[in-house]
This record gives sequence, structure tokens and C-alpha cells, in this order.
Amino acid sequence: MCPQADDSVESVTKRPRRVKSGKITVVGVLGELLITAGALVLLFLGWQLWWNDMIMANSQSSAASAISQDWIDQDTATPEPVPSTDPAEPNAEPAPVDYGAPIVATAPANAKAFAVLYVPRFGADYHRTIAEGTGHDVLNSNRLGIGHYDGTQMPGEVGNFAIAAHRSAFGGGMHLINELQLGDAIYVQTADGYYTYRYRDMEYVAPSQVQVLASVPNHPDASAVDRIITLTSCNPLYSTAERIIAYGVFESWHPLSAGAPAELAPIIAAQG
Amino acid sequence: MYAVLWRVLPGPIWVRIILILILLLAVLAVLATWVYPWIDGMLNSQEATVGGP
Repeated sequence: MCPQADDSVESVTKRPRRVKSGKITVVGVLGELLITAGALVLLFLGWQLWWNDMIMANSQSSAASAISQDWIDQDTATPEPVPSTDPAEPNAEPAPVDYGAPIVATAPANAKAFAVLYVPRFGADYHRTIAEGTGHDVLNSNRLGIGHYDGTQMPGEVGNFAIAAHRSAFGGGMHLINELQLGDAIYVQTADGYYTYRYRDMEYVAPSQVQVLASVPNHPDASAVDRIITLTSCNPLYSTAERIIAYGVFESWHPLSAGAPAELAPIIAAQG
Repeated sequence: MYAVLWRVLPGPIWVRIILILILLLAVLAVLATWVYPWIDGMLNSQEATVGGP
């Protein structure tokens, strides 16, 4: 009686153990698929906001270096009068030289690079290519990154030179736009020279507010007198609910042959 | 699902662990190279322009 009872207990406890280890259940597979899907979504976010962002930032940065260096090399290839500024004292504040009205280029074809942006506040080694147009072919490109709004003015032109870049992901060309402080330099280098703007103010607008691109920002009917640069990106960080808009005012212009402004020269030298 | 994978893999435990890690890296590489860029292009989740498309 007793041994028999023991046997039956053993067989009862054995059976579920075998089922647990061997059989594939629908619920089990479903659970594993859901966990896998969750992991894939998290991995995507990590890829988009960190891994790919880093890779794109690096490639955009080195593409910008190459363009900038090309212009400088081409310029020195053609004989130019030696600039009067003293290269022996790069740190000394040079007497302001008037180079006249800045050269204004005509806007190039879509997705064609025509300028390099330097913003020391975004990091000493920050430099990105500005290309024509604000489509995905420019903003999501791994060699461009910053787009110039079609129909807005060009660097140095009276009116509004308006550009856009991603705040996060795709190289995050304007990741630190909210860190700008009054008077911060915003340099634009083109094949013609260096345009220095100074950061003036910032505002947060709805994505539909295109008046910020007007030649007098927010006053579409006014006629432009000042030379403005407008940087647009998304806000808040990692969201696209709003746009963050930073304005700068034109300060000075240096022809390429005259060399970069004092603060910018070491930054350009460092990327060579 | 993963239990089947574990049983199908040959060798002792440490070989299986190495094989799983290799498979995992291969999956990650495929995701980062082809799958995620494709999804990214479909989502257009990061708009930065005003009055944009």
C-alpha cells in the first residue's frame, strides 16, 4: 500500500516537470516575441540618439573641414596681396580693418554645400557644412547637416540668412543652441570669406511660424535694413513640438585672403 | 523559442554562450546597418524646420 502510494506521488510530480522543460507554448513564444520587440525599440532609440548621432556628427564635421580647407587652399593658390594684419601676434586685438561691403554670393542649387558654420559656444571644434535647402537630403545627410532655407538671404546680405539643423539625432547640428549667450560669435565661412555674426536673442515658436524667416524676422511687411542670421532647430530636446529660434546680428566681414577673424583662426588651424 | 535555439546549438555551455554572443552581434550589425536606417527614413521623427514638409 505504502510503496504504491509513493510511486503514484512520484509520477504526479514528474509529469509537470517534463512538460515545463520540453514543450513550446503559444504564450511562451508570444512572451519572448514581445520582450524581443521591446528590446528592439530600445535599441533603435539608442542607435538613433547616440550611436548614429555620433557617427553622423563625426562625418559631417570632417566633411566640413575638407570643404573649408579646400577654399583656403584654392585661395592661397591664386596670388593675393598679403593682408596687413600682423600674423606674429594672433592674440592681439587687431585694429578693425574695413573690408567694405561683404561679398554676397548667389544661392546654389539644392543640396549643394556653400558655407561652413562655426559656433565656438557649441564646442571649440564645432564646424558644420551649410547646404542649400532644408529637405531631408540636406538635414539627414552624413556630410551636410545644416540647411539654408530656400528664398532667404545669403551670408552677408541685408535681410535674413536663415538656417536649420537637427537638435538631436542625425549629427545634432544644433544640439546646444539653447546654450547661446548674448554676444556669442557665429561665424560663417564661404568661398568668399568669413562673416561674423553675434548672437542676439532667442524665441520659441510653433512649427508653423514661418515669419521668423522673414527678412525682418516676425515682420514680413517691413523692409530689411540689418543683416540677420537665424538658426532654427526643434524644441524641447528629443521632441518636435516646438521650434527654438536663435537670432544673430552681422558684425563684420573678412575676405578669405585676409584670413579668419582672430577668435576663429586657431579653430580653423586646429582642424587642418 | 530561445529555448529551442539553446538546444540546437552544439557543444558545451561555454561554446553555446560564445555562439549566442556572435549571433547577437550579427543581429545588431544588421539592425544598425540596414534595418534602423530604413526605419529612420520612414519615421521622419526629427523635424527641425519651421513651415517644413
